[in-house]
Amino acid sequence: MARAMRDGNGRPVVVVTGIGIVTSLGRGMADNWAGLTAGRSGVHEIKRFPTDGLSTRIAGTIDDFALDKISAPGLAKAFAAEAVTEAISQSGIGSAASFPGPLFLATPPAEVEWPTRIEVYESARNGSPVTQPQLKQAARRGSFEDRHALFLFGQVGEYLADKFGTRGQPVSLSTACASGGTAIQLGVEAIRRGETDSALCVATDGSVHAESLIRFSLLSALSTRNEPPEAAARPFSKDRDGFVMAEGSAALVLESYDAAKARGAKILGVVRGCGERADNFHRTRSTPDGTPIIGAIQNALDDACVEPGQIDYINAHGTSTPENDKIEYLSLATVFGDRLAGTPISSNKSIVGHTLTAAGAVEAAFSLMTIETGTIPPTINYDTPDPDMPLDVVPNEKRDAPVNMVLSNSFGFGGQNVCLVLSAEPA
Amino acid sequence: MDTRHEEEVWITGIGLVSSLGEGCEEHWHHLGNGKCREPVIDAQSFAPYAVHPLVEVDFSSQIPKRGDLRQMGPWQRLGTYTAGLALSDAGIAGDHTYLDKMDMIIAADGGERDMEVDGKILEDIGKRNDPEVFLNETLSTELRPTLFLSQLPNLMSGNISIVHKVCGSSRTFMGEEMAGVSAAQIAVQKIRHGQSELCLIGGAYSAERDDMQFMFELGKCLWPGEFEPLWERKTKGGGIVNGSVGAFLVLESRSHALNRGATAYARLTEVLSDRCNRAPGKATANAEKQIDALNGRLEPGPLAVLSGACGAEPATGEERAFLEGLSEKGFEVSARAVSTMLGHAVEAQFPAGLALAAIAASKKHFFEPFGPSDFEKPLTGNPERILVTSWGHWRGEGMALVESVQQPATHMAGE
Repeated sequence: MARAMRDGNGRPVVVVTGIGIVTSLGRGMADNWAGLTAGRSGVHEIKRFPTDGLSTRIAGTIDDFALDKISAPGLAKAFAAEAVTEAISQSGIGSAASFPGPLFLATPPAEVEWPTRIEVYESARNGSPVTQPQLKQAARRGSFEDRHALFLFGQVGEYLADKFGTRGQPVSLSTACASGGTAIQLGVEAIRRGETDSALCVATDGSVHAESLIRFSLLSALSTRNEPPEAAARPFSKDRDGFVMAEGSAALVLESYDAAKARGAKILGVVRGCGERADNFHRTRSTPDGTPIIGAIQNALDDACVEPGQIDYINAHGTSTPENDKIEYLSLATVFGDRLAGTPISSNKSIVGHTLTAAGAVEAAFSLMTIETGTIPPTINYDTPDPDMPLDVVPNEKRDAPVNMVLSNSFGFGGQNVCLVLSAEPA
Repeated sequence: MDTRHEEEVWITGIGLVSSLGEGCEEHWHHLGNGKCREPVIDAQSFAPYAVHPLVEVDFSSQIPKRGDLRQMGPWQRLGTYTAGLALSDAGIAGDHTYLDKMDMIIAADGGERDMEVDGKILEDIGKRNDPEVFLNETLSTELRPTLFLSQLPNLMSGNISIVHKVCGSSRTFMGEEMAGVSAAQIAVQKIRHGQSELCLIGGAYSAERDDMQFMFELGKCLWPGEFEPLWERKTKGGGIVNGSVGAFLVLESRSHALNRGATAYARLTEVLSDRCNRAPGKATANAEKQIDALNGRLEPGPLAVLSGACGAEPATGEERAFLEGLSEKGFEVSARAVSTMLGHAVEAQFPAGLALAAIAASKKHFFEPFGPSDFEKPLTGNPERILVTSWGHWRGEGMALVESVQQPATHMAGE
């Protein structure tokens, strides 16, 4: 019998055997990779709702999914189902509607949305303002059970668990804009513990609606560079002014190396290591010296048993906010030292926008494609480099280069920092 | 490290705040000290819906900076406060040696909406011929800019990091009741396999919220009448009475606890979970499998159960029938409906059940009956092992086994 494949820490090696993706660039990896490497932006003027009076009128929405009624959880489900279908089909794992492992799902927080609130309110209208008790009674009297289920936090996970037959209770999570990374980390940990040979790690976000846009606007987090939309996201540029909200989903099928080999699956890459650290400085800002992010990067490298010099490419969090890019640069400079200038780094968000809850998984998927194809996607809109962050951002044009090992960063509000190290098959 | 040697998981700190009071001793005093008090009910504030209101709390004792308090909604304050109680109870509050490496898995909902702004919009939007533009304008001008940060689920853990300096890792699980189950389950698995030594888990639920009551009533889930103990509601269709509860636990590997001289309330031996579409009998089948998985750890005879049943039917009736059916396996179930005394606290329900189980295990005595139902039989003697359940009001079935721990004599104080 072949000896079981273990990593530098004596744990089962975790590999990726299926990838699925949906973004504003299209459905499926083929379209996404073509768009991403061509530097074709998915950001456009918002058509889903009127943007009159709003300072930001652009986003990377996905508008070609036909739903009876648009809702954030409805879109999150539709995108995730598409991505999972692609990932499972590529992996060839399990059988129809029977995935042999657990589901770890990064999904945006849900809440009752305005159309439902208005519908219930109007059903209770009686000439004077409807009181809270009257509103609740109207909810109880009406036929809104479908809405109750729709807006539960656990709902997207339950839908996917039913549709794809994953095992056990799905874990739904939010670590804000690091959520996708956390979903993958949970899957890696479960396989390393030997609880399962496989895990389905999914991240999804369909929450571009008026209130969510306004919420981020009120925090001055969004770019207001509406004209032209595709030039708004400009990570690491001197004139960056915020991120661009976007939608998307990515799904990864993780397996132990041994299980994947045993069933003859094609191995698309290895999740070598994961690292995290919580920041205690501020609700939206990072510790100014970058210590927690530095810690998360270092933890990921340690977990992967690699040195900074072994990283061939950095897939940046790179949101295009003044704050993020500055701290991300500072932290990377601390860990990589002089090597940083010679290490290519690019931000997928310059092209697809910031897919929020989904971003960590979307970017892990793109990182794996970078390893497989030897093509590094560019950072677009890089016309006025920020002189305070001298980086090789693979400006505006893709680059062909062998890439064996990638560091992918994800950071979020609330002090969330998650880093992944992804590599080629151990062979 | 993910070693093959499995570590025991100990509960070494508890933070518990509810309508009954604050802390382990106060809950023991009200529930287990030879008598059980009446539930604390606020029948007026949200009439016709009753709630178990949060006891008066001096938040500044755990959240000293006024700026921090101002940034949080009531739900976040409750969680951050209760997390601080658990850390103090475990003897690690303010000790950066431990906080810096401590992991955190929090079960969270979202925070409070601005009901005044919502009300204004709802009253006027139906009269407008440009409703969506009106919505844009009103939300843009009326919402407090930082409100969003008191609404994001992961900002409860974010605030715990900021206020209490828990910095090893921070993960927020969502999904109503099952978020609390998964938080405990993943923490146990991580500690058992050496992926963590020290982990804060828990959740907080504020029942005194019109927005959440509205959400529950879209599904016709609440109990709309005068308060009745949980098991008594079934004949009138059942329903949830929410309770404000913060429940946090410090979980720790046995070896880590011994190394720092910490004592345990109890061992969290196992946490199990599963799901189904809730076709009749399927939740029961899951729970049966969980009992089978615990086989060998449970002994026939008296069995103490802290049920997280929410009151909504058919789930509550099915859980009761399942527990009664355990008599066929030789268990004499003595159940306590946590919800009768604390109310249903959704994400915090399972952590609250674990906290109560740990308290009872450490007191070597089970709680007095919480209600008049003959299902809540008195149980004499040391329970030694306590079963904790939480079935979601909509989906998911969770179960845990909490057991007494023999404190090693070599670590007793004064030697």
